[in-house]
Amino acid sequence: MSGFIITSLIILVFVIIYQIGKASEYAAVLRGEKKVNAQVNRAIAFMLLAIFVLGVWGIWVCHQYFQDKMLPVAACDTGVNYDSMFRVTIMVTGIVFFLTQAVLFWFCFKYQASEKRTTFFFAHSNKLELIWTTIPAIAMAVLVAIGLKNWMQVTSPAPAEATVIEIVGKQFNWLIRYPGADNELGKRDFRKINDANNVLGLDWTDPHNTDDIIAQNGEMHVVVGKPVKLIIGSRDVIHDVGLPHFRMKMDAVPGITTTLWFTPTITSDSMKLITKNPDFVYEIACDQLCGKGHYAMRGTIIVETQAQYNKWMASQPSYYAISNPQPAAPGADSTKALPVADSTKAISMK
Amino acid sequence: MNKEGIITGGPHAAHAHDSAAGHHGHEHHEQHFIWKYIFSQDHKMISKQFLITGIIWAIIGALFSVFFRFQLGFPDTAFPIMEKFLGEWAKGGKLSPEFYYALVTMHGTILVFFVLTAGLSGTFANLLIPYQVGARDMASPFMNMLSYWFFFAASICMLVSLFVETGPASGGWTTYPPLSALKEASLGSGIGMDLWLLGMALFVVSSLLGGLNYISTVLNMRTKGMTMTRLPLTIWALLFTAVLGVLSFPVLFSGVVLLIFDRNFGTSFYLSEIFIGGKALPHIGGSAILYQHLFWFLGHPEVYIIMLPGMGMASEVLSTNSRKPIFGYFAMVISLIGITVLAFVVWAHHMFVTGMSPFLGSIFVLLTLLIAVPSAVKVFNWLTTIWRGNLRFNPAMLFALGFVSLFISGGLTGIFLGNSALDIHLHDTYFVIAHFHIVMGVSAFFGMFAGVYHWFPKMYGRFMNNTLGYIHFFITFIGAYLIFWPMHYEGIAGMPRRYYDYSAWESFKQFQSINGFISIVALVVFLTQLLFVFNYIVSIYKGRKMTTLNPWGSTTLEWTTPILPGHGNWEGEIPEVYRWPYDYKDDGNGNDFIPQTTPLRPGEESH
Repeated sequence: MSGFIITSLIILVFVIIYQIGKASEYAAVLRGEKKVNAQVNRAIAFMLLAIFVLGVWGIWVCHQYFQDKMLPVAACDTGVNYDSMFRVTIMVTGIVFFLTQAVLFWFCFKYQASEKRTTFFFAHSNKLELIWTTIPAIAMAVLVAIGLKNWMQVTSPAPAEATVIEIVGKQFNWLIRYPGADNELGKRDFRKINDANNVLGLDWTDPHNTDDIIAQNGEMHVVVGKPVKLIIGSRDVIHDVGLPHFRMKMDAVPGITTTLWFTPTITSDSMKLITKNPDFVYEIACDQLCGKGHYAMRGTIIVETQAQYNKWMASQPSYYAISNPQPAAPGADSTKALPVADSTKAISMK
Repeated sequence: MNKEGIITGGPHAAHAHDSAAGHHGHEHHEQHFIWKYIFSQDHKMISKQFLITGIIWAIIGALFSVFFRFQLGFPDTAFPIMEKFLGEWAKGGKLSPEFYYALVTMHGTILVFFVLTAGLSGTFANLLIPYQVGARDMASPFMNMLSYWFFFAASICMLVSLFVETGPASGGWTTYPPLSALKEASLGSGIGMDLWLLGMALFVVSSLLGGLNYISTVLNMRTKGMTMTRLPLTIWALLFTAVLGVLSFPVLFSGVVLLIFDRNFGTSFYLSEIFIGGKALPHIGGSAILYQHLFWFLGHPEVYIIMLPGMGMASEVLSTNSRKPIFGYFAMVISLIGITVLAFVVWAHHMFVTGMSPFLGSIFVLLTLLIAVPSAVKVFNWLTTIWRGNLRFNPAMLFALGFVSLFISGGLTGIFLGNSALDIHLHDTYFVIAHFHIVMGVSAFFGMFAGVYHWFPKMYGRFMNNTLGYIHFFITFIGAYLIFWPMHYEGIAGMPRRYYDYSAWESFKQFQSINGFISIVALVVFLTQLLFVFNYIVSIYKGRKMTTLNPWGSTTLEWTTPILPGHGNWEGEIPEVYRWPYDYKDDGNGNDFIPQTTPLRPGEESH
């Protein structure tokens, strides 16, 4: 019923507006169509000019509102470069934007129809075309040059000393694997995946796997000032590791391994002070539509000092120990066997 | 050109010949309703069919966006009215996440393909090509009719998919596999996805039938004297639109067919090493990225398929209502060619973060930013066209000016996204949403509105109401900026697109109030579009009648036809063309334009 009432109301309003519109056109005919049309034309020219002025004011207001919200503090070196390139591009495009829009609206106002004016028959000018082909071409060349320099930097191979961490997407959370004491990620095979005790399909015949640590709560720990290289994979559909504070993004594609690397420069604790937000946390956002839980596929990154990192790492049992809680299992000594039972419960799949 | 026998083939060939010989088709025999209005082979009727189908789809697609904007703007509020429309999918007035994604997907699919491709090109290529090149109809009116009916079949497929139990496709309008390939991955990847694929396959057939027709008509059926360099820019634009479609849609077709195989026949084109629904799938060796290459090989030209008709129509409308020739006709044509060629070699800029080789990425950066050059040329030429003109602000002109403004705004943000080093942060955020909605959504719509207001008298012999046109323009123009401008900032903050709810995200929940603001404006703009539709429908029957042949003082051929031409367009001979279409200058008799059909005066140089 309410839907019907709303629909009828809307139609009624339309009819009224239409009748007013029609009446004004009849009135125009009575008052002399030419004269009325000229008045309307003038009014519209003023409105266009007003829109431009209000628009510039609106952009200013919008800018004020978003200024400290829009580009979060960059937390890595490449991110700082990113921000400076972003500013250059904003400047270039901003100048073009204001000039062309100003010219557009000014011409609308200046050259509004008038009985007195005869138009200027101006059909072409090779000189002008040449000017406005060359200038954008040069501007683009500059932007491409800056862009490629930065692009080479962010896509360059990770330094050899980088910490290697694997991050694997699945509907709808992130699994994070650290290589453990041997600093080497063992082989995995999707056919060995088992949600109960082998979420990544680790191949237990590969000895590199026995000390690997898997975090299933989507929380990644990294050391400030130390490069970190992410080995990115997916178990099911395409996901994407989006790191807004590090200005980084890379798809997680099943069957393909992708990577990205960055050097975090600000710890999570410092960031809380910088942003004046005690709840601040670096977030990993899935940036590729992956199904109904896409919007909730959230991971976090804790950037901490080496000491904090070591302490945290020491408390982590290997995934092998968790999945194979026999005392005889290789690589799982009896001291680590104790917390295992609890962790197994904690990480059991939903 | 050969005027006799211009229309060959098809059951109505003889009928068209009659008109060519100077008879009234209608006096001979009144066509049966079915042949006149439904299975019509008259380009004018087919263009109306495309436009009206497009309008219906546009209302559905836009309504979907209003629904999901409700969710985005007010995630904690229930809107019982949504339950009325959507039933189970919005139980208690709150969208379910699955259906939110289905709405987002169908909004994109409908607007991109069914409205801005079929509804836009289908309408204006059909209406304007025969009129403006001086032909009695398309090269093959029968194929033209088939083009509409394949589009209709595709529409039915998509429409049915909205009503299946598991809902329509919900993997985004790009439908990337494996999400779209595996029924286990999401509800929308069930039967809804099959209907989506079938619908798109039919759509490609429709688009090819139409496109081939448009190209052959422009190349072969121009009237005497209508050399290629005397074609109006609308025709140039529609010609290149058709070329883009004919060369790129088959690639989408192949992508769609392979996806159908992966879904139903156990192949592994796109699938490899997947564990889903508690078991490992047998597929190994496929590449999910292959689909993206196939999709974007169409997908990128597709945005120019959407843009070019608007560019052509804006050029025409700006020139006519400035009473000035378009500035740099040849530069306009060359830039259209430049855009068309470049459109085929930039697709991978949608894939910078798929793990593609960074070197390949840099080549696509270079080629992508090159497109800025012909685009800039066009903008500067439009600005010079209105410079020292005598501007009449009728609704068509306002929408053409709005088109230029939006094309500038949306085009400039493309410079950010085309540069991979900047895209790596902005990719799949609201910055992208803002960019492509302004440049190929709203701007293309503005081109379309300019076309509808300008050629409505030619379609129906009546005018649309101006006052409503002005209201429509100002609210839509201001509203479009209010909706999409703030989205840029959200995107710069990294806010991902296609999220159902941001409240759990420390980095993005701060934008809640601005999301609410955007949603309210979106609703207002949506209602204003309904006002346009209302104006359109009422004006067909009640609009002010056209009393002169050439109300806008245009130079082009369509305004030399009778007010409501029969099939065949011109009674008697097709007029001959002597000059280019932009002679907006003193004709010596007090008029400020010289139609293309006026012979050159002694001593006058052809342009």
